[in-house]
Amino acid sequence: MRADLLAEPIAGLDEALAAVDGGDQALTAGLLRPQPAQVAALTGLADALAGSPLAGRVAEAVDKIAAGAAGEDHFLAVAAARTALLGSVHDALSARVDEATGRPHAEPAAPEPGAEVSPNLLAAARSWLADLARAGWRGLDHDLVSGSAPVISAMLPDPAPRRLAALLDGFAAELAASCPGAGIDQVPARRWGDLWSRALVLTLPGALGGAPGGTATGRLLPLGVDLHEHGTAAQAQVHAVLEPADGSTPRLVRASVSVPKPDTVLGAGLWQLLRPHLSLLAAAGDGRSMDVEAMPVTAEGDLVWDEERARPGAPADPFVTARVVLPTAATPPVAPLDRHPARLAVPVFLEGYTTDKDGDAIGVTVAGHRLPVDLDRVPVASPLTPAAVASSGACLGLLRWDAGTFSVQPLAVETVVKKKAVAVHAGAWAGGTTDKNGVKAEKAATDAVTVLRERAGRLLRK
Amino acid sequence: MVQGDGALSDREKFSMARVLSPARPRKLAKVPFVELADGRLQGVVSSGSDIGRVYVSSVAAGSFVFACSTNNNRPCGGARGMFCNHILTMINEAVLQYGATRVARYLRVETDPEPTGQAIASAMSATAPAQGDSGAAATVFSQFLRHLAYLELPPTTAPLPEMQWFPPTRTVV
Ligand SMILES: [Zn+2]
Repeated sequence: MRADLLAEPIAGLDEALAAVDGGDQALTAGLLRPQPAQVAALTGLADALAGSPLAGRVAEAVDKIAAGAAGEDHFLAVAAARTALLGSVHDALSARVDEATGRPHAEPAAPEPGAEVSPNLLAAARSWLADLARAGWRGLDHDLVSGSAPVISAMLPDPAPRRLAALLDGFAAELAASCPGAGIDQVPARRWGDLWSRALVLTLPGALGGAPGGTATGRLLPLGVDLHEHGTAAQAQVHAVLEPADGSTPRLVRASVSVPKPDTVLGAGLWQLLRPHLSLLAAAGDGRSMDVEAMPVTAEGDLVWDEERARPGAPADPFVTARVVLPTAATPPVAPLDRHPARLAVPVFLEGYTTDKDGDAIGVTVAGHRLPVDLDRVPVASPLTPAAVASSGACLGLLRWDAGTFSVQPLAVETVVKKKAVAVHAGAWAGGTTDKNGVKAEKAATDAVTVLRERAGRLLRK
Repeated sequence: MVQGDGALSDREKFSMARVLSPARPRKLAKVPFVELADGRLQGVVSSGSDIGRVYVSSVAAGSFVFACSTNNNRPCGGARGMFCNHILTMINEAVLQYGATRVARYLRVETDPEPTGQAIASAMSATAPAQGDSGAAATVFSQFLRHLAYLELPPTTAPLPEMQWFPPTRTVV
């Protein structure tokens, strides 16, 4: 990998992010009665969109907000402006990553039709998000935040709007824990601006994405497992290379499984909830491939897993896949609305590097350029330790970017334990484990779920 | 080099700024549910004697007004003018789940920087807080049922791109 390219500045990036910051400053103070400073910041956001198809809508929205006469459509225009700017940042970063990896990028595909979701639910979500924008992060209070609860409860049972429900649920929990807004030390303005604008855009008809348009047939070679979680939801994503049965170019794909959860189910408990619905998790943990036939796949390379269309395959070492197949695998396009730097999670293979360790911070220096290692993203229930990364000689990871810096999230490393070369995988326990610590964690998680199910059995159906 | 420097501070500029510390695992048998919400520390405590009964306990932030009653809205015999054992147990379990600092900060209890559950309870008791009515019990109990209902929600294998914003974390915020 040309790591040096990742360190070079990108033209226009600072300017785009400064415009986003302006929007975030305005959202921090609230859009109900903005002060001149907030109006100026929003005007900067609008100016950055000049010449784009959004220009007129955003300029009008800023006028209305300045006059204290803004409605939901105007807030939506601000969210769209922010989304478009971060989309352009994503595209520039993504082009840079393609140069660095030297891998081909597949052409953008036509958007797939959106899922059917109750318009009333989407309207209720939009109304709450508009209330948030009016109050601003500094104006947060418990009553305002709890306004999301009925919307989320009504949305969660239906898997179709799960994207939006899981987002609102995680977002509302952060807001609730930060009340009152006036007392927040440093407002996480970029983050909440991201979550707010994404949620608002997802309330538009068709934005939620729908049925996958294609199918995949061939051999799936897992690279590693990426876990996501907030208090009341967990998602595991297996990154893999698909070798199509028709002999066409191998391509990067993902397979996901997610589930809502009580916030007391943690660690190994997440794997327990997820693993029954995605056999690929166990295959990835055991170093096996899987064969898929007519598996639904989106234009973005997301397999929508159906156990009926998958069967276990031959052993496949992810490090062999990384060395042999990954360099030629095509990266799928990103759906227009999903273009955001936070969405970058590009499989990369690094070797021949040196590591440095300063307290909890670990870096790898590849061809003279240092990349910080994002160890915090490694699941809690995992054998991959900071020590293993620090002593590693090869790393399979996801390249990410946040706040101006690229970093690498380790999915697996090759290291030496007791004079023996071993591979340690972040998702090794996803399908279950015989590791002593892993077994203990599994037992504790099973006990927690047993108590909750027992309580639910007695109390929930009365 | 870092690109994107401007007026906002570091934490303000991260899409992945960590806002919440992860809850810590704890045994759930005694206190199946506890939360910091609605301006209260509130939870559900299993009865020691009757497996079908639970107590709904709460302590308000700032005033420390407390309440304890059964899920059938019978007042708790132990909570007469002072914290009952259910409330004390709930405070200890909240400290296990959220960490003492977060619990103390939420309740607005003035204690040592690294308090224990016991220190938090004593500091609140020392102000001789008033006993509230059990008005909140129904809300707390329905929150508990909502919490349990998460176990029954269906999984999906459709991707949730927004979960990229919610990585695991080992960092204490
Ligand atoms: Zn009691």
